[in-house]
Amino acid sequence: MTDKVSMTLKVNGSLYPISVEPRRSLADALREDCGLTGTHLGCEHGVCGACTVLVDSKPVRSCLMFAVQANDVEIRTVEGLANGDVLHPLQRQFWENHGLQCGFCTPGFLMLAVGALEADPNMTDEELREVLSSNLCRCTGYQNIIKAVKLAAAEMRK
Amino acid sequence: MSAIGRSLKRIEDRPLLLGQGQFAADYRFEGQLVMRVVRSPVAFGRILSVDADEARAMPGVVAVWTAADIADIPPIDFRMTRIKGLEPYRQPVLARDYVRYVGEPVAVVFAEDVYQAEDAADQVFCDVEEEAAHLDATASPAPFMPQSLPGLLSEPAVISKSYGDLDKAFANAKHIVELEVAVGRHTGVPIETRGALAVHDRDTGVLTMYGAAKVPHYNRDAIARMLQLPQGAIELSEGHVGGGFGIRGELYPEDVLVCAGALRLGRPVKWIEDRREHLLAANHSRDQVHRLRAAVDDKGFILGLEDEFFTDQGAYVRTHGGTVSDLAAALLPGPYLIPAYRVNGHIRLTNKTPAGTYRAPGRYETTFARERLMDAIAYRLGLDMVEVRRINLIPEDRMPYDRKIDALGTDVVYDAGKYQDLLTKTLDHVGYDDLRAEAADRRAKGERVGIGLAFFIEKSGLGPRDLVRARLLKDGTIEVITGVASIGQGVETVIAQICSDALSVEIEQMRVVHGQTSRIEVGLGAFASRVTVMTGSAAQIASRALRDKILDVAANLMQKDAAELMLIGGMVRHRLSNTTLQLTEVAEQTPDIIEAEGWFYADHMNYPYGVHVAKVRVDPETYGVKVERYVVGYEIGRAINPTLVHGQIAGAAVQGIGGALLEEFVYNEAGQPLAASFADYLMPTSSETPTIEMFLREDCPSPQNPLGVRGAGEGGMTAVGAAIGAAVDDALQSPGLVDRLPIGPSKLHAMVRQYRQAAASRL
Repeated sequence: MTDKVSMTLKVNGSLYPISVEPRRSLADALREDCGLTGTHLGCEHGVCGACTVLVDSKPVRSCLMFAVQANDVEIRTVEGLANGDVLHPLQRQFWENHGLQCGFCTPGFLMLAVGALEADPNMTDEELREVLSSNLCRCTGYQNIIKAVKLAAAEMRK
Repeated sequence: MSAIGRSLKRIEDRPLLLGQGQFAADYRFEGQLVMRVVRSPVAFGRILSVDADEARAMPGVVAVWTAADIADIPPIDFRMTRIKGLEPYRQPVLARDYVRYVGEPVAVVFAEDVYQAEDAADQVFCDVEEEAAHLDATASPAPFMPQSLPGLLSEPAVISKSYGDLDKAFANAKHIVELEVAVGRHTGVPIETRGALAVHDRDTGVLTMYGAAKVPHYNRDAIARMLQLPQGAIELSEGHVGGGFGIRGELYPEDVLVCAGALRLGRPVKWIEDRREHLLAANHSRDQVHRLRAAVDDKGFILGLEDEFFTDQGAYVRTHGGTVSDLAAALLPGPYLIPAYRVNGHIRLTNKTPAGTYRAPGRYETTFARERLMDAIAYRLGLDMVEVRRINLIPEDRMPYDRKIDALGTDVVYDAGKYQDLLTKTLDHVGYDDLRAEAADRRAKGERVGIGLAFFIEKSGLGPRDLVRARLLKDGTIEVITGVASIGQGVETVIAQICSDALSVEIEQMRVVHGQTSRIEVGLGAFASRVTVMTGSAAQIASRALRDKILDVAANLMQKDAAELMLIGGMVRHRLSNTTLQLTEVAEQTPDIIEAEGWFYADHMNYPYGVHVAKVRVDPETYGVKVERYVVGYEIGRAINPTLVHGQIAGAAVQGIGGALLEEFVYNEAGQPLAASFADYLMPTSSETPTIEMFLREDCPSPQNPLGVRGAGEGGMTAVGAAIGAAVDDALQSPGLVDRLPIGPSKLHAMVRQYRQAAASRL
């Protein structure tokens, strides 16, 4: 298991040449080898969704994917969401609507929502609630997350 | 305009939104080792040997410790509610002689890399002579460690409290209503697991532990005592913290091991818990059985109440000592007069994960018990659910109301309360009569819809004191140094709003420091809904003192009388001439930092209160319970930031729904935990969650602090089990059906069947 594989991760448009064991999770590679600690680990068994990133535009649990499976894909993480100092509409609506408390689940929710809304900007409220039930939050009771995503969705449609 | 009372955006959010948070796992130091804990695979038994030879020889492994390697480190002591007799039941840092629960630390591996550490931990073999697990807290006490502590049984203490003449109450009773209720084992489960990183600086000799939470100052002193470090040789530092809920930040074995590792191995040591470990090793909570007996007169007034309860404390007594049972015993009578009361609370140990506090500790359980009793009394006497409560509520003219018992070492004196008023207003707000009529209408059409309500008392603002220091920095920033901790609840914003009110400086121009033992010598931390009450009051005192000092300095600079100056919009203004001086100018033209401090003292807690109303629908086929509407009426005294209060209430209510319908730590007969992943320990998602409606009242400010505030952290949770239980009873038209929680579909189905059989056998 200790033979390392050399590979390159493409994250938020930047290239990260890394050398990892085949068993290393994508989440660990992003956090430890690329230094992108905005992606959080909450359960490491694919339930909580805190580690959600976009792989070729689709939301993926980065704890359930090996880094070596991420050759030749485009990865987006929370660090790439804002445009310089300008927050993404989702980030801004989370802020304005108190969509976060401790903030630990927030990157996962942001990436889940951005992936879902980019795929289908016209999701109904019920569909949005259903999508957001993929991830766990323990602080907010979800209502401000749902509100923030709805408002951001409206903004992103403009 | 004052910043107090406004729903301002939080000043702490930006880094969290950008992925720039600094959580425990995000710290990294050059040369760091990773620690992995080897945990007991069995629930109970004597340790014959721990074989770590193979692990020690594995690649990357630097050390493996068992209890013998740290024999000089004492067990973890109590932070709160130290009761005579508890000492022998404290948890050792690594298991000694016996293991007492699945997940108990028996060894630790230190390695270069987390994968290597896990590989090696798998090769540590713990040979245990297994004994039958003791899992029922209501059964006769069993031996704690039969060979090493012979005669010591699993009931460390019984908490007894009483007032009034209970015998007379029962002698005069028209009705005696008895009830046994139980609340299951569940806990906080923050989405960030626990973690810590300790670094020993050889040049300064100071050991710093990052990843601190909740009570950094207490933990600093406790770790120093355990590792025999002199004062000043250890500091604790808090980064971002991914949720607390009572369980995070208590001193656990892993914190001590990380610090000992860094000291003894001479390298930084990092430990990050995985989720399975968290569910097996971090504090559990709740799990109480109450046996209630009420003496009631012919109008439904409770003359006396007797309770015997059992708290399943798990395998050891941890830092909270008797806290949960003490609070349960003291606050069971809640908002009602109940002139006579006697309670015996048995603290019982079992072979489960040790327990501590979880949001609304002792109150979620006792509110369920007491409010289910109120419903039982109503049913027995043919009274309305609201009426039975009105008859018993403590009237406004009896406030402040001395309960004549103590909780957490303070006298329970309800500071103020308009209970009848809040009940009326909340029922009006929800349209209670219409709600009941609509439910009855839907039931007539075949749906199973019901309404439940519950009244509760919370407590907040635990003292005895707090210190805040406020300073004007050279760049005009106001730095507010507190000894409080942030667990994600919005501490920085709330404290900044309070200081802004005094200083008339925008909250964005403030920096609120918390969780840094090196920055302030006193700090009590974040628990018991104390932050806004205690730290907030100290912050108000400090910021007003700072304002006066700034004006004095400015008076000198401006050659004016300080009494004619005011602070407004980040400037000093002379009222008469309207000449101004920027705060930055004041700071720059003063050789010293302008600084002031504020102490706030409180001998008593204060007591927020409220009403929860639930509307549920039970699926007739699956017995799944859907919460259609949930309203929390809450008297807070004064809301510093209503949006943040709402956030606290909503988050807490959803956790309460989890405890009522979903979450439970189940064990098999061997003491193996069956809920050790998120696939088995079910928490609410956005699918199961209704919008929590908040009906927040500021009708009754607390007279106990200058802000008039009460805590917001727990009241959203306290009565959820009780209200949902009542609503399910109503939906199924089965009074007294729900006598235990949680009620997942299969459990509820079984309860209904049992209820109908019992009803049939009575015919």
